Amino acid sequence: MNGNELRNILLAAAGLGLAALLPLTGSGYLLSLGVTVAMYTVLATSWALFSGPTHYISLATGAFYGLGTYVVAVGIDTLPYPVLLLIAFVAGGVAAGLVGLATLRLSGVYFVIFTLGLAEMIRQLVTWVQNNWGSHRGLYVLTDITEEIIYWELLAAAALVYLVGWWINRSRLGFALRIIGNDEVVAAHCGINTARSKVLLFMVSGSVAALVGGLLAPRWTYIEPAIAFSAMLSFQVVIMALLGGASRLWGPLVGVIPFTLLWEVISGHFPNQTTLLLGVAFLLIVYVIPNGILGRLEQLYRAAREGAG
Amino acid sequence: MKRRTILKLAAATALAGTMAFGGAQAADTIKIGASAPKTGPLAGGSTVTHWPNIKLWVEQVNARGGLQLKSGKAKLELVEYDDQTNPGEAIKNIQRMATQDKVDFIIAPYGTAFNLATAPIFDKYGYPQIAVSAISDQIPELTKRYPRLFFTLGTTTAFAQAVADILVQMKNDGKIGSKVAMVNVADAFGIELAAAARPIFKKAGLDVVYDKSYPLGTQDLSPIVKGAKASNPDSFVAWSYPPDTFGLTQQAIIQNLDVKAFYTAVATCFPAYGGKFGSKVNGNLGAGGINPDTPAMQAYAAAHKKITGKDADGWASATTYASLEILEQAIEGVGSADRDAVTDYIKNNTFKTVMGDVTFKNQNNDVFWTVGQWQNGKYYGVASTGRPGEKPVQLKSGWN
Repeated sequence: MNGNELRNILLAAAGLGLAALLPLTGSGYLLSLGVTVAMYTVLATSWALFSGPTHYISLATGAFYGLGTYVVAVGIDTLPYPVLLLIAFVAGGVAAGLVGLATLRLSGVYFVIFTLGLAEMIRQLVTWVQNNWGSHRGLYVLTDITEEIIYWELLAAAALVYLVGWWINRSRLGFALRIIGNDEVVAAHCGINTARSKVLLFMVSGSVAALVGGLLAPRWTYIEPAIAFSAMLSFQVVIMALLGGASRLWGPLVGVIPFTLLWEVISGHFPNQTTLLLGVAFLLIVYVIPNGILGRLEQLYRAAREGAG
Repeated sequence: MKRRTILKLAAATALAGTMAFGGAQAADTIKIGASAPKTGPLAGGSTVTHWPNIKLWVEQVNARGGLQLKSGKAKLELVEYDDQTNPGEAIKNIQRMATQDKVDFIIAPYGTAFNLATAPIFDKYGYPQIAVSAISDQIPELTKRYPRLFFTLGTTTAFAQAVADILVQMKNDGKIGSKVAMVNVADAFGIELAAAARPIFKKAGLDVVYDKSYPLGTQDLSPIVKGAKASNPDSFVAWSYPPDTFGLTQQAIIQNLDVKAFYTAVATCFPAYGGKFGSKVNGNLGAGGINPDTPAMQAYAAAHKKITGKDADGWASATTYASLEILEQAIEGVGSADRDAVTDYIKNNTFKTVMGDVTFKNQNNDVFWTVGQWQNGKYYGVASTGRPGEKPVQLKSGWN
């Protein structure tokens, strides 16, 4: 570990520590914004762990998230909550592993389409199970878990994701993935087991999404498929990650924060034209910052250095 | 580069413009907050039953000078947000209205899941929450947990029970046999209703000869109706959602499903249902109802049409309006925007509404309509848990 890395870790720890103080402001509104930011930070960062280096665009976040939500909803009356979170985490990983084995040999648009269909498939599977063997009382998650606790749990999840991401970047696995992203054929010729590397990373991403779904379940109280399995969620995660920049670990974060604030301003002031204005915002983003905020920042940084040098 | 700069400038101005909008608050107004879907999967339902009634109520109250408080008349000022059929947005909207907009009262959101997801926030900030579009079998537990949450529309079991009662009555009268074809949409409410209905039907001596489910969003419902028809039922019951209520009815007409009782659940009471199928759906049964012949209901229907330009539906529309009347009478009864006092007032008083008298017992209105029927182009309540004016149920005779 060199000095630079130590500095980065200290900075990240300080940032997380500062973020953890948010509930102390006593503003429920800021807190619910904070939950949204934290949730999308974890989802988008874990998405970028896989999709950043490999350039495989996955739209399956919603599927794993929904799976996690349902694990908690089904088991909340019989098992302790932490155990359910663990099950959700493992279930997300197993599901991602199975899906990865079947599809990561596909590439490009085939993979995208498959992951998009996956959320719908898991949703139908879950409702089919509930329809045939479920209880007639609906799925209620009645707990005493407050929004503050959910927020801190999400921050802890974020810390975990950053640690895992940092470790992967330094590891042989991360190196292998970067080669795969640049040229899969070359990677295979170097003796890298490309399928194994991709599946492993996809499992990390799937586990984290399922964990987040489980963490959020107590916030919804009443779980129905439309809430747990939202295609919108998968798209938002991708948009936020790309807006920030998926090539660095902290890239998605700089996408999530402005996106959430922009969304907030638009939905707060124009409740009747939200969709229209969001569309306009997307267009502007694509025109003005095509390389993401990260790309823009790096460009400015380089320009400043050249100017100074 | 120039074009880029202009674009950036445009974006910046647009953003700055949005920041500048803010609500100025006059002294003698009552601020009412509302958050419900304007976009997303539930928008179709909320733009029929939810939003028009809020508009109607605010306009009517303001037209008569506002609410009568101790300090004088206070006009209503409406703050509205779109929850995009996303519970996270709904929670944030309620938080924003309570802490940023500082509204005096908040109208309960639309949909079971949304009412339950936001109940802790209503409770935390001390806002009464008169839920309408929320049907649950957990009402006792939920109201104990959230002492400001009120239910108005009924329970899952009561809806299933009412359908069973109607079929059994017809069977005992010798009008139909005991064979029932039952289908349900494989989604939250449909699954709950079907699961509640199975033991109830069995206990009532009804013979479920066909029991099938279909995924939400199924486009082709003809195999479902074909299967039901092949089982030769005396009656057909579908625990359905709006799109499939229309789809199943369409298929029943095409395939001439000859049953003496035909029931579809949600949206059967929509004006669009009668509008689309006309006299063909005469005798069709559906979830919920109203008594459209009372003077109060006739005045309400006329005002609804005049102010919102749309017809009210035959169930939740009027209940939504009634929930606003309850809020209005409670605020006027207390004479101020004291939310704790208003909540207590709702708990301890009887309200005269468009639906009739409403009294909450343990925060629950247990007098509600359960089944309605299209009779000669109008949707009438035919079964309730104690509302006056139930019409006698008619036999379905063909699809003409």
